[in-house]
Amino acid sequence: MSIALYRVDDRLIHGQVVVGWGKPLNARFIVLVDDSVRSSDQEQELYRMGVPPDIEVVFASTAEARQRLSEWERDPRTGILVFGDIDTLAALAANGHGVSRVNVGGLHHRPGRSERLRYVYLSDGEAAKLKALAAQGVEVTAQDVPTTRPVPLEDFT
Amino acid sequence: MSDPLRGVIVSHAAVAQALLTAVAAITGVNDALVPVSNDGCDSGALTERLTRAIDARPAVLFVDLPGGSCLTSSVRLARGRTDVAVVTGVNLAMLLDFVFHRDLAPADAARRAAEAGSRAIRTPAA
Repeated sequence: MSIALYRVDDRLIHGQVVVGWGKPLNARFIVLVDDSVRSSDQEQELYRMGVPPDIEVVFASTAEARQRLSEWERDPRTGILVFGDIDTLAALAANGHGVSRVNVGGLHHRPGRSERLRYVYLSDGEAAKLKALAAQGVEVTAQDVPTTRPVPLEDFT
Repeated sequence: MSDPLRGVIVSHAAVAQALLTAVAAITGVNDALVPVSNDGCDSGALTERLTRAIDARPAVLFVDLPGGSCLTSSVRLARGRTDVAVVTGVNLAMLLDFVFHRDLAPADAARRAAEAGSRAIRTPAA
């Protein structure tokens, strides 16, 4: 089944990912792409605590994820790949590297960002990066949980 | 005598506020608990809310789920500290016990609350 959901969410693995999306997709593995978490056993244990034992959790750096993306896409199980920011997305999708669709699921308020949706705050630079990815052929929508309507990129940038 | 422990309820949506309201209605104690919701927060913003709620006092953080953003921010805040402890799976029974046992060390209060909360989970015959 491969990766059913590529999700940008600054909370990384949490309830919406594991339960909200994981249940209806029947996800059997979750890949968390984050350089900081990848280098910390304590942080990995924290994120693993929120996942049922029958779902595999893979922690990867951005560089590792770029190398293993095709392997995960060929996995017969259904997977979710989650990362915390648009720069990581851009790195994964660079040069047509295999990311064809992205779910913007949660980017919250920080200085320099403005509200685009209730759960999406973006700086102008981040919005421009998403538009650039869309221009390269990546389908970008915002949707916090599966029961809501996916919002097209042009409606939140 | 040191300050009595503060209980901080950390939850999704309005669960924390509802639990606080219920504890006050049952016990009349309304100065022991502080609610914190993760609504609209990334981990940094939630940590700021938690820091304000703890207010530099010894505290137990009562987290709704044993995973997710409420837990990760709470554990990061408590890591390496003896004045802050974390309990997951918050329920009304553990809070009712906690508000009358706030003179313990945070770790001891957390263990006691977890036991009280666990005892309340039953499947009585109908």
